[in-house]
Amino acid sequence: MAKRIEVSGLNVYYGDFKAVEDVSMTVEPRSVTAFIGPSGCGKSTFLRTLNRMHEVIPGARVEGKVMLDQQDLYGAGIDPVAVRRVVGMVFQRPNPFPTMSIFDNVASGLKLNGVKDRKKLTEVVESSLKGANLWNEVKDRLDKPGAGLSGGQQQRLCIARAIAVEPEVILMDEPCSALDPISTLAIEDLIEKLKDRFTVVIVTHNMQQAARVSDQTAFFNLAATGKPGRLIEMAPTKQIFSNPAEKATEDYITGRFG
Amino acid sequence: MSSPDGTAPPDRPDGTAAEEPRIEDLVHEDAGPTPRFGGLASEHAEHEAAAADAEVMTESGVEDAGTTTAPVTPTETGGKLELGPVGHLGDRLFGGLARGSGGLVVLIVAFVGIFLLALAIPALIDDKSNFLFSRIWEPGGDQPRFGIAALFYTTVISSIIAMLIAVPIAIGVALFVTYYAPKRLAAPVAHAVDLLAAVPSIIYGLWGILFFAPILRPVINGLSTALGWIPLFEKPPGDNVGVVFTASVVLAIMILPVVTAISREIFAQTPIAHREGALALGATRWEMIRLSVLPYGRSGVVSASMLGLGRALGETVAVLIILSVPNGNDPWNSSIFAGGETFASKIANNAAEFDSPEKTGAYIAAGLVLFVVTFLVNSAARIIVDRSAPGTKRPRRNRRAGAATEGASA
Repeated sequence: MAKRIEVSGLNVYYGDFKAVEDVSMTVEPRSVTAFIGPSGCGKSTFLRTLNRMHEVIPGARVEGKVMLDQQDLYGAGIDPVAVRRVVGMVFQRPNPFPTMSIFDNVASGLKLNGVKDRKKLTEVVESSLKGANLWNEVKDRLDKPGAGLSGGQQQRLCIARAIAVEPEVILMDEPCSALDPISTLAIEDLIEKLKDRFTVVIVTHNMQQAARVSDQTAFFNLAATGKPGRLIEMAPTKQIFSNPAEKATEDYITGRFG
Repeated sequence: MSSPDGTAPPDRPDGTAAEEPRIEDLVHEDAGPTPRFGGLASEHAEHEAAAADAEVMTESGVEDAGTTTAPVTPTETGGKLELGPVGHLGDRLFGGLARGSGGLVVLIVAFVGIFLLALAIPALIDDKSNFLFSRIWEPGGDQPRFGIAALFYTTVISSIIAMLIAVPIAIGVALFVTYYAPKRLAAPVAHAVDLLAAVPSIIYGLWGILFFAPILRPVINGLSTALGWIPLFEKPPGDNVGVVFTASVVLAIMILPVVTAISREIFAQTPIAHREGALALGATRWEMIRLSVLPYGRSGVVSASMLGLGRALGETVAVLIILSVPNGNDPWNSSIFAGGETFASKIANNAAEFDSPEKTGAYIAAGLVLFVVTFLVNSAARIIVDRSAPGTKRPRRNRRAGAATEGASA
């Protein structure tokens, strides 16, 4: 249920603008990889290339390879829709479908996959909500709208929605930046638990969060506004935060700039 | 587009490198007016990096503040501060104008209603048949007998059929323009639909009866052959083309622009977060539309349809030209493949008959019913919209500019 991602020589463009340049990295299965870096350095953009969400934006394109266990996600004949069913995503702001109940929100991905059997749906919804540490809070009101939950609960609902389809990889784009500290803690606990089953990649602005939850950390930076972002350094999280190889990394994590 | 790499100010290291030269440039053209510095100061105040330059800016800012605040602080006299009088002339003037305009609209609506009622009531009192349920229309004379049942039926059935035809097409066009068409095709299609609204209704009438009605005849024949056992689709003998169905189709074309325009607006407003949520689950484009766009736009489409319905109910000239008025001796026919008269076409057709207050009153009474029906349709639209409004249509605070826009500007 978890696969290795190997990226090589990836360039990402918005129209003519090169947003990310020459990124190569390996994301290990069943681990948490954190992307840190200043705003505008392309870490979210890069994250979105891992499930081909990037190309939803008109004019956006990608050069290079993203291999998911020997399969090139950008190869010929690869359907981006199918890629997104294998590589799930959680966004910065919780985005449950507002008109749907909690149950239907979690079941929506399965329904897209053609699962109609009510019993199977009920099972998966329960296990996904348990997997997202949300079951106890919502089990009595599964038919209520998902939009009625608190922000942190909504975000866990979105995680439940993402894991319900049993993806190989879960991408999280600053999943806690819109949440209060207690909800953030709940999500971080959840990430710790998710890595037993999934490959997790998380973008965060919060360096303590990266230090707390991740096994590997990748630092992105850009030379100047208008220049493409680059991967500066990727290493085990402990090493990045205690003994980074690059000066730029050290400056960033010690808060010397930004 | 939700890529958050856009704007968050707190940790912005590029600030130093990128902004220093910019500020210097501006400081060099020192002759610039002070407000620019004020603007700059607030824009960049958060960046510690620009501290040196910021000092210059705050200096000028303080000066600026000093000159404006000086006259209003009579600290030495210790007397009463000048805090009155309440209300400024311009403020009162515009306030009055705004209130007046608001009141005027209400007054106009009230006057139209009162006018209709005042002229209709005497005629209604003299009416010797049941006004609401009779199909006879013989106003005037000693024994005026008139009822609106036939008019009501034709008006409502023609408008509903028009809506049934127009709304699905409008939703299709709106979705095509917002989510399917490539950019250079979307705008022309949208404009073409908008142009339909600019065609005068007299043209629709002429086009409908002279050109379109003969084309529709095979459709009418086919439908009546297949469904003729239902009274609604029973084709009366003869080759009448000025039938309710033809009028409905032309009405559908006429209301298409307004329904399309409103649906388009609301579909385009579907929050990116909802759409990306669906796409990230592995939804195809149609599934994305079904999961996020249609639920979000539902209330807007309903209100658009109701607006279209309101327009179809009241449409006069085109319907007047297309519909053939049934011969008074023929039995009444409920089929949509027969002729008929709507409220509006009946009144317009007989404007020449307004020679006595009794007769006029009868037509005014019919007009009053149309007024009420249209009013009810609009109210229903409002109620539906209020009830089915998207659950989480919260204002989007701190919405961040996407990386794409940043890329474009850079």
